[in-house]
Amino acid sequence: MKSNQDSYWKENIKILSFLLVIWFLASFGFGILFSDWLDQFRLGGFKIGFWFAQQGSIYIFIILIFTYIHLMNKLDNKYFGEDKSKDSDT
Amino acid sequence: MNVTQLTYLFVGLSFALYIAIAFWSRARSTNDFYVAGKGVNPIANGMATAADWMSAASFISMAGLIAFLGKDGSVYLMGWTGGYVVLALLLAPYLRKFGRFTVPDFIGERFYSKTARLVAVICLIFVSFTYVAGQMRGVGIVFSRFLEVDINLGVIIGMIIVFFYAVLGGMKGITYTQVAQYCVLIFAYLVPAIFISILITGNPIPQLGFGDTMVGTNTYLLDKLDLVSIDLGFTAYTENIKSKIDIFCITAALMFGTAGLPHVIVRFFTVPKVRDARKSAGYALIFIAILYTTAPAVAAFAKINFIDSIQSKSYESSPEWFKNWEDIGLIAWKDKNADGIIQYSAGNAINGRPQYLPERGASGERILENQSVNSNTNEVYIDRDIMVLANPEIAKLPAWVIALVAAGGLAAALSTAAGLLLVISSSISHDLLKKTFRPNISEKQELFYARCAAAVAIFIAGLFGIYPPAFVAQVVAFAFGLAASTFFPVLFMGIFSKRLNKEGAIAGMLSGLIFTLSYIIYFKFLNTQLNNPEFWFLSISPEGIGFVGMLINFIVAITVSTYTEPPPEGVIKMVEDIRKP
Repeated sequence: MKSNQDSYWKENIKILSFLLVIWFLASFGFGILFSDWLDQFRLGGFKIGFWFAQQGSIYIFIILIFTYIHLMNKLDNKYFGEDKSKDSDT
Repeated sequence: MNVTQLTYLFVGLSFALYIAIAFWSRARSTNDFYVAGKGVNPIANGMATAADWMSAASFISMAGLIAFLGKDGSVYLMGWTGGYVVLALLLAPYLRKFGRFTVPDFIGERFYSKTARLVAVICLIFVSFTYVAGQMRGVGIVFSRFLEVDINLGVIIGMIIVFFYAVLGGMKGITYTQVAQYCVLIFAYLVPAIFISILITGNPIPQLGFGDTMVGTNTYLLDKLDLVSIDLGFTAYTENIKSKIDIFCITAALMFGTAGLPHVIVRFFTVPKVRDARKSAGYALIFIAILYTTAPAVAAFAKINFIDSIQSKSYESSPEWFKNWEDIGLIAWKDKNADGIIQYSAGNAINGRPQYLPERGASGERILENQSVNSNTNEVYIDRDIMVLANPEIAKLPAWVIALVAAGGLAAALSTAAGLLLVISSSISHDLLKKTFRPNISEKQELFYARCAAAVAIFIAGLFGIYPPAFVAQVVAFAFGLAASTFFPVLFMGIFSKRLNKEGAIAGMLSGLIFTLSYIIYFKFLNTQLNNPEFWFLSISPEGIGFVGMLINFIVAITVSTYTEPPPEGVIKMVEDIRKP
């Protein structure tokens, strides 16, 4: 049981690290640090760096949280069995 | 019906709705009062979180700030949404699993110490009152402009409404009123945004209109805005003015502050299960993003419209809204070259906030006592807080849209104020009384004290509204710095490290709080003339210093823990238990 819980936690950390790297890139990376460089490319009226800073990063945040919900539900099911109550299926 | 009557109607209807909901969802136990019986549906909780979260600062001030900051405004957009990723991934599910009532509760149990709990309560009260001050000022602005009542009376009416549903309903009442308030505020934000987007770009979706061409031309809106800004002596709208390091730190302080704000965290204590806490965070971010992706578009539209409708017009022919806002003191015009024509450009028109003399000038404007700043030709003073509220008038939208915006602004301010007042009162009745000083009180007595504490907190918040401190968004920005530098590190390590002990946590929180608070007080209150990048530490502004405070907190907490006893066996068991869903 103990080792089972340890490997659950390890997989959890792996998921977190993966998603947080993307989180950092989308906001601090594209929106701030490389933003000026990205501004040389355009998407319609938007410069890409500006778009990430004021729009794109937010859309990516939403995708990240829902990916997290999906991956964690899968992980929980694998280690602790299906969740039986029906009001929380995602 | 005119605008004022319509506003009374909309505001009156929405207030009646909130009070009705408060009656229907009265709290019957401390469990109801603190965490709404842990029975809130995750999607409803997402909506309530969004309303709780989006304050007067988001609704009223943010688009205005972005309009004047241009690309730098993205610190608020990314900071106040990106924090939800941190919250959803690193804190919310685990704190829900812990399953108690308040944030100091977690800190007190995890660090097995009454002192840690007390320090947490002190930090919480600091953070929450800083934040609530901003809300009450927002309520005051809306009342004085749209309902033509005295600002003080407006604040008192706001206090009575919040009193009703916060004291009666506790978390349960607040949650369900917040769901209603979210609907009011998002509708009120989107309707004018869509109207204006169609007017300017012909595109009904503001997020797309933002990057579209202007009606009847081939020029992109943002290119036009860059051109106009440069013409008037500003930096191009789509370029940064602040240094990269400052932008980085402000964004980080807002993100980690978001994740550490007690009134946001407790929202995740109200759902039935750990899975629901995750799901709830996802929905909260969707509901928030609807406003946050619209705001930068509104900012760009407002800036273009604002410049177009006043630049090079004579004061006599200037639009009605210009004079209305001048009357309540949030716009001022100093005719520097005495030609009767409004000239707007970069730089401050006058020193400080406008002080008016009783007389009127040659064109009918209010005469200012302030010295003009002669190093530039700008003649217009505008308070950034009014952009969203004035936007429908500037774009000449129908009266009912203007009234709707007023009701929305009130919904945003009241919902956030209520959430904050609740965490203040529950930390006093639960953490201070029940868990520290008067452990023998019955549940009924605890509930009674919770209600008293809520009433006192509302009274103090009202005083802040009547004697307001500075800008709404600015004051709120400091609350985030404080939350980031005090709560985030100990909450995060409380879950992810089994080694962090009570000595480390207490030292960490105190050093974060003291460092950040003294830096802010030093530059914002004691030595305002030194408040510029030349004197800042690593050119980081007081708004961004919370991130440095957070790093200090981490370093101090880890160092102190390393040299002191590890936490007892029982606490390590508890951490292991929290980590299981």
